[in-house]
Amino acid sequence: MHESFTVAGLTLQNRVLVASGTFGYGDEVPQLVDVNKLGGIVTKSLSMKPRDGNPAPRIAETPSGMLNSIGLANIGVKKFIEEKIPKLSTFSCAVIANIAASSVEEYCGVLEKLDPFEAIAGFEINVSCPNVKEGGLSFGTDKEKVALITKELRRRTKKPLMIKLTPNVTHISEFALAAESEGADAVSVINTIIGMAIDIRTRKTKLSTVTGGLSGPAIKPIALAKVYEVYRAVKIPVIGIGGITSWEDAVEFLLAGASAVQVGTYNFVVPSAGVTIAEGIKSFCEQQSISDVGKLVGAVEAKRDLSVIESWL
Amino acid sequence: MVQTHAPVHSVEEIASGIFRLVFRSHELAATAQPGQFVNVKVNDSLFPLLRRPFSIFFVEGDLVSILFNVIGEGTRILVGKKPGDVIDVIGPLGNGFSAAMNSGGYKTAVIVAGGLGIAPFPFFLSKLEKNKNVLSFIGARTANQIVRFGFNRIHIATDDGSEGFSGNVVDLLAEHFSDHRYELPRIFSCGPTRMLKRLSEFTQKKNIACYASLECAMACGIGLCQGCPVETINGKKKYALVCREGPVFETGAVFL
Ligand SMILES: Cc1cc2nc3c(=O)[nH]c(=O)nc-3n(C[C@H](O)[C@H](O)[C@H](O)COP(=O)(O)OP(=O)(O)OC[C@H]3O[C@@H](n4cnc5c(N)ncnc54)[C@H](O)[C@@H]3O)c2cc1C
Ligand SMILES: Cc1cc2nc3c(=O)[nH]c(=O)nc-3n(C[C@H](O)[C@H](O)[C@H](O)COP(=O)(O)O)c2cc1C
Ligand code: FES
Repeated sequence: MHESFTVAGLTLQNRVLVASGTFGYGDEVPQLVDVNKLGGIVTKSLSMKPRDGNPAPRIAETPSGMLNSIGLANIGVKKFIEEKIPKLSTFSCAVIANIAASSVEEYCGVLEKLDPFEAIAGFEINVSCPNVKEGGLSFGTDKEKVALITKELRRRTKKPLMIKLTPNVTHISEFALAAESEGADAVSVINTIIGMAIDIRTRKTKLSTVTGGLSGPAIKPIALAKVYEVYRAVKIPVIGIGGITSWEDAVEFLLAGASAVQVGTYNFVVPSAGVTIAEGIKSFCEQQSISDVGKLVGAVEAKRDLSVIESWL
Repeated sequence: MVQTHAPVHSVEEIASGIFRLVFRSHELAATAQPGQFVNVKVNDSLFPLLRRPFSIFFVEGDLVSILFNVIGEGTRILVGKKPGDVIDVIGPLGNGFSAAMNSGGYKTAVIVAGGLGIAPFPFFLSKLEKNKNVLSFIGARTANQIVRFGFNRIHIATDDGSEGFSGNVVDLLAEHFSDHRYELPRIFSCGPTRMLKRLSEFTQKKNIACYASLECAMACGIGLCQGCPVETINGKKKYALVCREGPVFETGAVFL
């Protein structure tokens, strides 16, 4: 079976990538995982200046999931170029730079710095960041801002451009359409869902920032529904993310409409999970005599159309 | 650093409510250093989801042990392990006591441990150069929770006064330091943050070098998530990662 394929202009050796913020810059765990067997690596979100991130506690475990409020701690684009790109250039899997910023200018600035490097196969844009100019509200919950960011970045790069959407909105598909209409090559669905946990004895919130982002198996059904919604709304590929821990989970996302998937939180438990999942998808297809994994994409047999489901809720 | 499926050798209650779990792993045993930790997936289900970090308590041949008390879901599952069960372990992880214990400049190793904070020290003592003097101060809630394994001379403090000094282990330490003179002391510590804070104040006042193993919520234990910050004092960066740069820090270098 021929595995390597092209999605959104990216050539990937398989359909499993590791999600931003859950695999560092790709160089942290060489002893535990052969990164060259992954479809690709998405880097931690990069900003123009290094960011310290939030005070402790940044992490709280919840049933089959976790909350985080890392605060986009990252080394900044300059140090990334100096210290990480040389190593990343030696990887045979695709490296996608994820960008986070607090202004449209900053998004553009970071992208322009990274665009010349061959080691960077494409970009994923994290729009779930506070918009400093507009009082810290997330860019990702404002359709016009998502459209504007996509448009400005599209003008500045020919490389694959993926917009990573937040699920913390009423209709995620409208945001996907906004990105598509301004020239995005793909949308990544989903980022974390806002959540909260309280220690009942101390009466303190378990995260220093009160609320944070929920991820892990707990969010999988939500992510799957969002992927399905977006898949039906746009023509560009959808990258499915949220709670994936096994090849069975990944196949579910493909069936719901994802062209590729990303594994996030589960890397913390099993750093080589992405590789195992990619191998699992391959054997599943062989067993089922599916000649091309692509045939699974969107192949769910859904009885109801989405409008019926929505009125049902 | 390896990820390994290690067979459990034994689980045994070595003090009231305190358990020692021993597993077999040649790779881990061969490379572990005092003060490092292992990250254990307690079952193969998605609940609890994350690994649990535990200090390396002791290493003997191919056997590695950890020490814990039952707090929540993870330790409840661990305590039920039977010989031959397999646990999924990543380790050894972090920067332990090696640098501080192997550098010169001290003659007396002073151990200050509170509660489960004794966990890294039996292994530490087994690796300490034999020409050092050793002085151990252990704090526990009550007499039957004192773990003596691996220690020789111990000065004990209990919260309820059921054995030794009645009160806090740092007060006991302070008392000893006002009554005696110790040749070139260096302190190695682990315990609740409140205890470490008091210890750090004491050692800074006395100008004694002090190293402590810190605890912090962790998702990955290997530097992937940025989830385990400790704020540095005059550091190059505002935060250091407890899992990778620690868990052992000089107490004067971080905000406890
Ligand atoms: C570097 C490092 C080394 C560690 N070494 C040891 C060790 O040697 N022995 C050991 O027993 N533990 C150690 N821990 C803590 C350990 O990882 C677990 O957090 C602890 O055993 C509880 O796990 P659990 O799943 O049973 O409880 P959880 O289900 O995680 O927690 C149950 C409840 O207890 C609270 N809680 C969690 N941890 C603690 C704690 N340490 N004290 C008080 N309340 C807590 C939680 O907030 C929660 O409300 C270490 C942690 C770190 C970061
Ligand atoms: C600790 C942590 C840090 C994350 N950091 C980022 C980030 O920097 N940028 C980003 O776009 N997404 C970030 N994410 C979101 C993940 O990439 C992913 O979208 C989300 O966790 C859902 O997938 P999962 O359930 O497989 O983890 C982070 C997630 C976690 C758990
Ligand atoms: S626990 Fe993930 S970086 Fe330290």
